[in-house]
Amino acid sequence: MFPKGTKRKFLDSAEDAATATVAGEQGPASTRTPSPSYSLQRQSLLDMSLIKLQLCHMLVEPNLCRSVLIANTVRQIQEEMTQDGTWQIMTQALAAAQCPTDRLVATEVLCRQSDPAAAAAAGQSPKPYPLVGGLDRGYHSEEVVMEAGDAHKEALPTQSYLAGPFGMGPCWEEEQQQQEEEEEEDGGDEDGEESEGEDVDERPEVDSRPGEQVFGTFEIKQQPPPPPPPDPALEELFSDVDPSYYELDTVLTGMQSAPKMGPYDLLESLSSHGPQPLSPGASCRSDLNELDHIMEIIVGS
Amino acid sequence: ADVISTVEFNQTGDLLATGDKGGRVVIFQRETESEEVLETGDSGEYNVYSTFQSHEPDFDYLKSLEIEEKINKIKWLSQQNAAHFLLSTNDKTIKLWKVSERDKRPEGYNLKDEEGRLKDISTITSLQVPVLKPTDLMVEVRPRRVFSNGHTYHVNSISVNSDGETYLSADDLRINMWHLGITDRSFNIVDIKPANMEDLTEVITAAEFHPQHCHLFVYSSSKGTLRLCDMRSSALCDKHTKLFEEPEDPGSRSFFSEIISSVSDVKFSHNGRYLLTRDYLTAKVWDLNMDKGPVETYQVHEYLRSKLCSLYENDCIFDKFECVWNSSDSVIMTGAYNSFFQMFDRETGRGVTLEAWRESSKPRAVLRTRRVYTGGKRRRGDVGVDSLDFSKKILHMAWHPSENIIAIAATNNLYIFQDRVNPEAE
Repeated sequence: MFPKGTKRKFLDSAEDAATATVAGEQGPASTRTPSPSYSLQRQSLLDMSLIKLQLCHMLVEPNLCRSVLIANTVRQIQEEMTQDGTWQIMTQALAAAQCPTDRLVATEVLCRQSDPAAAAAAGQSPKPYPLVGGLDRGYHSEEVVMEAGDAHKEALPTQSYLAGPFGMGPCWEEEQQQQEEEEEEDGGDEDGEESEGEDVDERPEVDSRPGEQVFGTFEIKQQPPPPPPPDPALEELFSDVDPSYYELDTVLTGMQSAPKMGPYDLLESLSSHGPQPLSPGASCRSDLNELDHIMEIIVGS
Repeated sequence: ADVISTVEFNQTGDLLATGDKGGRVVIFQRETESEEVLETGDSGEYNVYSTFQSHEPDFDYLKSLEIEEKINKIKWLSQQNAAHFLLSTNDKTIKLWKVSERDKRPEGYNLKDEEGRLKDISTITSLQVPVLKPTDLMVEVRPRRVFSNGHTYHVNSISVNSDGETYLSADDLRINMWHLGITDRSFNIVDIKPANMEDLTEVITAAEFHPQHCHLFVYSSSKGTLRLCDMRSSALCDKHTKLFEEPEDPGSRSFFSEIISSVSDVKFSHNGRYLLTRDYLTAKVWDLNMDKGPVETYQVHEYLRSKLCSLYENDCIFDKFECVWNSSDSVIMTGAYNSFFQMFDRETGRGVTLEAWRESSKPRAVLRTRRVYTGGKRRRGDVGVDSLDFSKKILHMAWHPSENIIAIAATNNLYIFQDRVNPEAE
């Protein structure tokens, strides 16, 4: 069932080390710098969790229990990274970043580094990946049923699930507001977009707990276009991305060694699909950017 | 044959229902009067009694999502007349089915002939009284109620109340109470949906009514807590009457602590005094009078604790195992991987591993116990942890209500094991 090999054993032994580390060090966490192997393992767990949340089944509603448990895991990792000071470095550096596309690249660059300090020195910082995947999808589309009178949520198209895993979709606006608020909270002085002001009062008060950033800070694009109409070509595009975890397993275990053919094939097939479905305009081109971005993460370039 | 997704005995144990991923329900009936049974004194075997399509695949047009026809749970109602009733549910809709037998038909009508055509009156010279003649047994299954549109999220449990009139259905965030006769209304008794879905951190994983007290029910959560609710205290039971939670062991905390503490199944004991829960690595028995922690904890597959990262990677960590009591509440049983399942004797605390796998058990063969090798002296037949087949999961099972007969669902096979040494529960 598992691809047997050194990678899995590494993860398991690192997991043991991680468990031991977490267990043994209950002291002042903020002053403790995690060991590199622990950081690496924690980071790969974070990556894995985020990918799990994104690559959800598109036709059937994802399992809410599973999504919640994965999201809680992500939140827990981020809380710990905050205590370690790793997260602070990342968010402070992000505040200094100006260009959205820089942010995009920086995310992937930093997250591949095992040493957070070196990453901070690189002058850029990540915003974590879009967490919107199935989690928000499921919530917000269900909101349509439950709160029909809510004008904000009525804007959701029914095809939200198709767009979901890669961060597209009507919930951009909400996420952007979250992002705006979160950036303001960080005291960043970038002149990013103004908060839309729309339904801001519907958002919960900005929670200083870093855990809240899990849902608030994720987006890839700064300027959300109007929600794209359901596009069968896009479905076809996404259908190449196989959410089967067996493959994910193979892909993830290939991260450390030379990447296997799988991800590259995927990348190529995606770009070969490129020209056709991009006619709907800028939104799709940026979606392809997102796909490239995610593929780069998986490939580990 | 499709993957079996639920198994349930009725209250007498004569009927055994299974639901599968394709939305079909198969009911087995126990032989009672065959020659073999009478001669050998063996308890009867289970044979197919009826098969029907309970749920069809559906499509939610509003959300553009498929609704799976997989049967998540089946629960039998107590028998009140010659017919049997059962509730079956998929993710969204619950249905009440009536299972009835027809083995006689009237013959000898005066005005109609054998084929049902009207007779010519002039040919009738005498009157006869129609009589009921036996015919081949026909089992009819008809839907009597359809309880739809009660759930936004996926239904994970249904439980018939001891009052025989109501039942509850639980999805990830809400629990509804229905009356068996009313399909267009249900009463919401638990709602843990937060105002802002982004604050969601906990979902309902299972729920069950108390076997004797019609006002009590319990529900479990993904954070490993159990909540006992009394419907007499308030209409909306968001506030629990009792919260059962085991304090976390800080020494064993890891990133996976919460995931493996998520309760996948909760069952009241037959006597109504205990609760049995299953989380990823253990099965726990709780005393209803003690909410500080379980009174018994059984390690089902502790050897997986060091493999949690891999199991998270391949999603096995999210597998939901069921657990069951035996009829006298002295033994508990739950499933594991590699077609293994575990039985724990509560009095001795000892556990035994058994296997539900065709190649190692012929009909009427005695099950031999299995062992997973975790160190020490290796015995013949031991299975190494790395050799376990994680695709062979025993998730669903049932124990006969009064005898030592168990039904184990192994993917698309159903195994029925009987204890010949001690057929009756102690």
